[in-house]
Amino acid sequence: MTPALAELTVGQEVARADVVVDRARLVRYAGASGDFNPIHWNERVALEVGLSGVIAHGMWTMGAAVGPVVEWAGDPGRVVDYQVRFTRPVPVPDPGEAVAQVVAVVGALDETAGTARIDLTVQVDGQRVLGKAQAVVRLS
Amino acid sequence: MPVDTGYAGREYPPNAVYEVGREHLRSFAAAVGAQHPAHHDEAAAQALGHRDVVATPTFAVVVAQRAEAQLFTDPAAGIDFSRVVHADERFTHHRPIHAGDRLVSVLHVDSIVERAGLAMITTRVEIATEAGEAVATVVSTLAVRPEEF
Repeated sequence: MTPALAELTVGQEVARADVVVDRARLVRYAGASGDFNPIHWNERVALEVGLSGVIAHGMWTMGAAVGPVVEWAGDPGRVVDYQVRFTRPVPVPDPGEAVAQVVAVVGALDETAGTARIDLTVQVDGQRVLGKAQAVVRLS
Repeated sequence: MPVDTGYAGREYPPNAVYEVGREHLRSFAAAVGAQHPAHHDEAAAQALGHRDVVATPTFAVVVAQRAEAQLFTDPAAGIDFSRVVHADERFTHHRPIHAGDRLVSVLHVDSIVERAGLAMITTRVEIATEAGEAVATVVSTLAVRPEEF
């Protein structure tokens, strides 16, 4: 069921989820995306370039964070625009995993265009890892 | 070698046709944990009016990066990928991407500016069907650190 634009209010929370990433998931994303930058799977290379260890692809975090918005919207085709800034890397420990907490709220409503701007807050260990994360969703 | 700011404003010829594979859409969706059935199941996608399974909102990066490679693998552009940090990314979907789409991409270098010692490179990839129907616009900004850092 797709939500009705008229029933939304700015500031309303529409989705909340934890998205989890471990090294195996990064390898899987590397294969699926074609982004084989070794800082996302090779500890030695990550350390050599000055990181504290392997970090998630920013594009993995961006891709994972919008999933709860798609489910809320009811149809992937309704997400007509999606942008983020990459503000902080997400270290992925081994062994272990990183957990990104995603909270999606209504940022703005455009009744003429029939769209809602959904603002995402994405935090790992209490720190925001994405800035200006906004999805525009076409509703009726 | 510094980044060549003279590349700003450049438009590349259309890239080779990219054919969207159904299993690829599924594996990309699985990799980002996207659970909506329309990414995975043809019947679920068709029930929503789609022709076939639907790409996740960021799948277009797979298509766009092939076009972007024309700039980043050009030695004359002076972009050392080991010094590159992804700054921001935006997808505008003119219509959903479906399995079976045959897509053509055109890379534009919108700007290259020096800011606080960083070279900020903004590219735009216009993705369309072979017939010219606009499908998606992918705007990406990379920051390139100077060599002395």
